[in-house]
Amino acid sequence: MSLSHAFFAIIRRDLVLALRRRSEIANPLLFFILVITLFPLGIGAQPHLLQAIAPGIIWVSALLAAMLSLDSLFRSDFDDGSLEQILLSSHPASILVLGKIIAHWLVTGLPLLIVAPLLAIFLGMPTHSLGILLLTLLLGTPVLSLIGAIGVALTVGLRRGGMILSLLVLPLYVPVLIFASNAVEIAGTGLPVDAQINILISILFMSLVLAPWPTAAALKMSIN
Amino acid sequence: MTAKPTFRLQGTDLSCIRDDRILFEGLSFELVSGEVLLLEGKNGSGKTSLLRILCGFREPDAGQVWWCGEAIDDSQYYADMAYVGHLDGVKKELTVLENLKVSLALGQSGQYSIQQALIKVHLTDYDEVLVQALSAGQKRRLSLARLLITKNSVWILDEPFTSLDKQGIALIETLMSEHCANGGMIVLTSHHDIELHDVAVQRINLS
Repeated sequence: MSLSHAFFAIIRRDLVLALRRRSEIANPLLFFILVITLFPLGIGAQPHLLQAIAPGIIWVSALLAAMLSLDSLFRSDFDDGSLEQILLSSHPASILVLGKIIAHWLVTGLPLLIVAPLLAIFLGMPTHSLGILLLTLLLGTPVLSLIGAIGVALTVGLRRGGMILSLLVLPLYVPVLIFASNAVEIAGTGLPVDAQINILISILFMSLVLAPWPTAAALKMSIN
Repeated sequence: MTAKPTFRLQGTDLSCIRDDRILFEGLSFELVSGEVLLLEGKNGSGKTSLLRILCGFREPDAGQVWWCGEAIDDSQYYADMAYVGHLDGVKKELTVLENLKVSLALGQSGQYSIQQALIKVHLTDYDEVLVQALSAGQKRRLSLARLLITKNSVWILDEPFTSLDKQGIALIETLMSEHCANGGMIVLTSHHDIELHDVAVQRINLS
């Protein structure tokens, strides 16, 4: 079968699997909602403070939710041998891996986008910055999945890779966090945020092109 | 009858070192279409390691594997090879049919359609059943069905008879004989003694 057929078959397979194991979708989403709803309780009745740090809260929570969901990206395929079959395919492994990452983002990243506006209003974020918040999430969360995939691929063969995974991946998430939360913050004041958005777009394209190769190579190393 | 293409799988001077222990060294073999290579040896003697080298998962510590005269990484090898390992490589939350469709999408369609392959491995009425509801032997037959639906000439099988009953073993032996008769070749490890009719079986004892 053709490469595009294989690519979409992988995406479809992972989406069906996610639907049959719903906790995989619910877990990061629930975490995201819980963390954000706990902030107002912890800070108390200071709406201005909350409003000021809202972009940061939302982005840090999204980042942690993405980290939390990373391990499920290759774990079950590694455990049941499906990963061997994917890597043995005559199609380029990096493309098939990209399919898996896209499916993973659709399952764990996209739901965050859907609830984020609601939570932003809940934190008192000005409504005119909601669009920018959504845009940064749309551009930023795929980057989290793409970069995270390299880390998971490196650690999936280790029994206790969780700690190393966070150490590996978190520093690489920092640029996304900085530009994305900064864009939302600036948008709240009404200033243009084209620069930050352009940087996020370039980060997205760069990781889209560059992340699948090391991920595929690291997976080959991990199943050795 | 059209002439069947002949393929040649060669290993030259292969060695494998694991945790400072030499599992095997200076191992060479040559296998052509229609032949079976049976790896024998004690547990831990490097049978699975050799299979994984032949799959390209591991680099041999010395030596090289050749496919029709070319190093395997530069050749059509991966399009011609299928592997069934210790792990079944099927998703337990998917149905039998969904699993085979994914396998088919990852490879090129082969000799049999999915339905024909299911008949061959005696899983005809199970196509809509989730794999987690299958027994261990049925799962094994499902993972072997993958060999039938994709185009391949080399089968690399790691203990293919595990958890199969007598009929299952006989069934797989028949499939293996057919595959060799059609110009395929098989490398396998097995604790059972295999009975193949009209097939040349080479044996390598690793211990």
